Amino acid sequence: MNFKNAENRSQVYETWRRLKKSRTAVIGLILIFILVTVAIIAPLLYDYNNDIIKQNIKERMQKPSLAHPFGTDEFGRDILGRIIYGARISLIIGVTSCLLCGSIGIILGVVAAYYGGMIENVIMRFSDILMAIPSILLAIVIVAAFGVNLFNIIIAVGVATIPQYIRITRASVLTVINQEYIEAAHSIGAKTPRILFRHILTNCFAPIMVQATLRIATVIAEAASLSFLGLGVPAPTPEWGAMLAGGRAYMREYPHLVLFPGLAIAFTILSLNLIGDGLRDALDPKLKK
Amino acid sequence: MHRSNSEIILDMKNLVVDYETDDGIVHAVNGMNIKLNRKQSLGIVGETGAGKTTTALSILRLIPDPPGVIKNGEIFLEGEDILLYPEAKMRKLRGSYVSMIFQDPMTSLNPVLTVGEQISEVIRVHRKADSEDVIRKAKEMLEVVGIKSDRYNDFPYQFSGGMKQRIVIAMALACYPKLLIADEPTTALDVTIQAQILEVMKDLKEKFDTSLILITHDLGVVAEICDIVSVVYAGSIIEHGTLRDIFKSTKHPYTEGLFNSLPNINARAEFLKPIPGSMPDPTQVYTGCAFYERCKYAVDKCNAVKPPKIWLNDTHYVVCHKYDDIELTQKEVENNGM
Amino acid sequence: MLLPVLIGVSFIVFFIVNLAPGDPARIIAGVETDEETVERIREDLGFNKTVVERYGIYMWKALQGDLGTSYYSNKTVIEAFMERIPNTLLLGFWSVVFGLIISMPVGIISAIKQYSIFDNLGMVLALTGISIPSFWLGILAILLFSLKLQLLPSGGNEFWYSVILPSITNGTQMMALMTRMTRSSMLEVIRQDYIMTARAKGLDEKTVVLKHALRNALIPVVTTAGNFLIMMIGSAVVTETIFSWPGVGRLIVESISKRDLNMVVGCVILITFIISIINLVIDLIYVLIDPKIRSSYGIMKG
Repeated sequence: MNFKNAENRSQVYETWRRLKKSRTAVIGLILIFILVTVAIIAPLLYDYNNDIIKQNIKERMQKPSLAHPFGTDEFGRDILGRIIYGARISLIIGVTSCLLCGSIGIILGVVAAYYGGMIENVIMRFSDILMAIPSILLAIVIVAAFGVNLFNIIIAVGVATIPQYIRITRASVLTVINQEYIEAAHSIGAKTPRILFRHILTNCFAPIMVQATLRIATVIAEAASLSFLGLGVPAPTPEWGAMLAGGRAYMREYPHLVLFPGLAIAFTILSLNLIGDGLRDALDPKLKK
Repeated sequence: MHRSNSEIILDMKNLVVDYETDDGIVHAVNGMNIKLNRKQSLGIVGETGAGKTTTALSILRLIPDPPGVIKNGEIFLEGEDILLYPEAKMRKLRGSYVSMIFQDPMTSLNPVLTVGEQISEVIRVHRKADSEDVIRKAKEMLEVVGIKSDRYNDFPYQFSGGMKQRIVIAMALACYPKLLIADEPTTALDVTIQAQILEVMKDLKEKFDTSLILITHDLGVVAEICDIVSVVYAGSIIEHGTLRDIFKSTKHPYTEGLFNSLPNINARAEFLKPIPGSMPDPTQVYTGCAFYERCKYAVDKCNAVKPPKIWLNDTHYVVCHKYDDIELTQKEVENNGM
Repeated sequence: MLLPVLIGVSFIVFFIVNLAPGDPARIIAGVETDEETVERIREDLGFNKTVVERYGIYMWKALQGDLGTSYYSNKTVIEAFMERIPNTLLLGFWSVVFGLIISMPVGIISAIKQYSIFDNLGMVLALTGISIPSFWLGILAILLFSLKLQLLPSGGNEFWYSVILPSITNGTQMMALMTRMTRSSMLEVIRQDYIMTARAKGLDEKTVVLKHALRNALIPVVTTAGNFLIMMIGSAVVTETIFSWPGVGRLIVESISKRDLNMVVGCVILITFIISIINLVIDLIYVLIDPKIRSSYGIMKG
């Protein structure tokens, strides 16, 4: 049993070591770290009720200045503050949806690979159907049907990512299972389910991690799209997509209204992609620059 | 290139090739010399990583650059140093004067093009002929290697390994090259197919009047098809001679080791005799003989001084300190006008 | 393959939409209307039956070509869809063209000149394309080209050049992904033995790349073309909204805000249908390109 522990631990450590080598991945990690830190300390910087959601018409649409580094929006609220708080929303949506839908997808993938036959068929058909609908349409339909609140949004944008998890998990598990049978044929003594389980986990770890990182990015982008269409987190909650939608009407004279929220989204997606790419390269045994 | 009637097809002098990688400089070829005449077949024998393929690629100037660099040497093809050629001139030689076939037939052919097209292509590039002629010629080549010409429009996946290699040979000989370089052409094939392919090569070598350089690690293949043999170790030749010289009067300890490691069905030996140790690190530069660590005849001199090239007769030389006191040295051979 | 997917999709969408809380009949009728009228509306539109029954009736009618009528306009769903779909397809088409025009050359050259400045720039460009959300790109494009420079219209499809900004906006993500994919596929192909063989035959680099390498490199790209298509149609929803492009995407969004359920369900089903058909065509093209796949329909001779 100790061998497996060592193997798992060293694999994580090995991954981390290779990840550190990739310059792009490191940059991505730093950027995300900044983002997360800022998001966490947000309440220390701004008072939610006063600064973020309270309207202050006198100060509306000010260009960026020392007092308001990103300017104020159409309701007089400080944009920088809203963006920082928006980071919390986006990160919550991204991570929660990833954990939730990822878990569902992984479980389904494992079940499909392990049991095979009819069960596998049903799960894969279901996965195909889900993939056939453009993800944003699916999200729109779900939100439109069940109402606009944070939880529904998390589900709505997450559902479309489930098939990807199912596929990857299933593929990884199948590889291991096939190997195990061959090994079992040659070895003396059966492999206990627990060892099998560990084997499967170590095999799936890599691709799932890469997938998850990239999915968080797409989910955040999709949530922003939803908000942009007016189907996202309700006002006055500061969500980047919603901020873009709101500022659009005035962008001719006040482009800063649409500049910063978009930049925030791009920044987040970029850093996540950098990490994802770095992970993919670090975990690919074939690649050796 | 003036097609003189000269006897010497290839004259390679002192080739040195390095690969400059992030992990250090790999000295792949360290002073390689090859002299090949018309109608001769040279076997280049050595273990994997000895620099054989790199040498072959150098003749075609297909060394990937970066990271490969030809640091020194001259390669004369019918009197002209091709290392000085501009790329466009070199391209005219490839496939028409010198051809090369590679080890694995499964991956040597482009999967999305028909086999006929892949043969026609090389003809089209080097000969002025209208398309009908080209196709006719290509079909002829298929027949020559023993494949029905109506399979012109088939794809590589429709052929077995042996047939694929025949197609590769057809492609290589389509323009009647003076020199054919075959890099381990039978290694990836079954033993029975190996024999067939060697027969095909022997036969065509005669028919097409093509000189051959055959790279292999298999002494049996060498015995089948080669006239002269160069044994390569760590990027340079350590023994060279006619087939008889090498097989009947083996001189270099390494060559000796190669023969000894072949399983002999007649001998009543219990164990195989492999050569102890492994190939030297190609990033290392040796002051003495590269085989020093594995040689059972080694003395201190072997590690300190590079062994000289010692001629044992007018065809056979060996690079080893064991024969230092033999009469004919390099100098005397040269004085005799060899 | 097509049929179960369609049934599944219609099933899912129908159920989701109809499971929604709230009383659609009341919403349609309005808050003021009396209960009797609302009840009548409910009966008319079949809301008093169970969801499963309604689904059955819906599918039965659908198979006969009747996807219902909009609750608002008097058009049938099919009519409204047909009116708008050419615009969406046009947008999709030009988006793909834009994507290919940029991604192919950049991907190929980046692979050939790996690690060069061109390669690095190309990859940066691709990364940017992936990271910038398309709606932001659209907004910025409008800001720059329509409002500041006054070069291109900010919406509608009046002029032939109206499609330019929307196509670029819509196609950027796909372009970025395709560039990366082409590059990595090309990199793999270039290392293959048959490329070395081609060079050893004396072919010039251009032929080696275009005739030998590219054809093999494109195979995986074509395979995923279907996925890109789905992505495109999906992002069309947002793009059409920004540019007021009269396509199906915008129709769906508008219908949602009006709670025009028939329209929403019908359009989503029809869109998925169209995507599936296009995917089928792409699969056929793939069979034609890759001789190995053709082999599963033939016999091995060698």
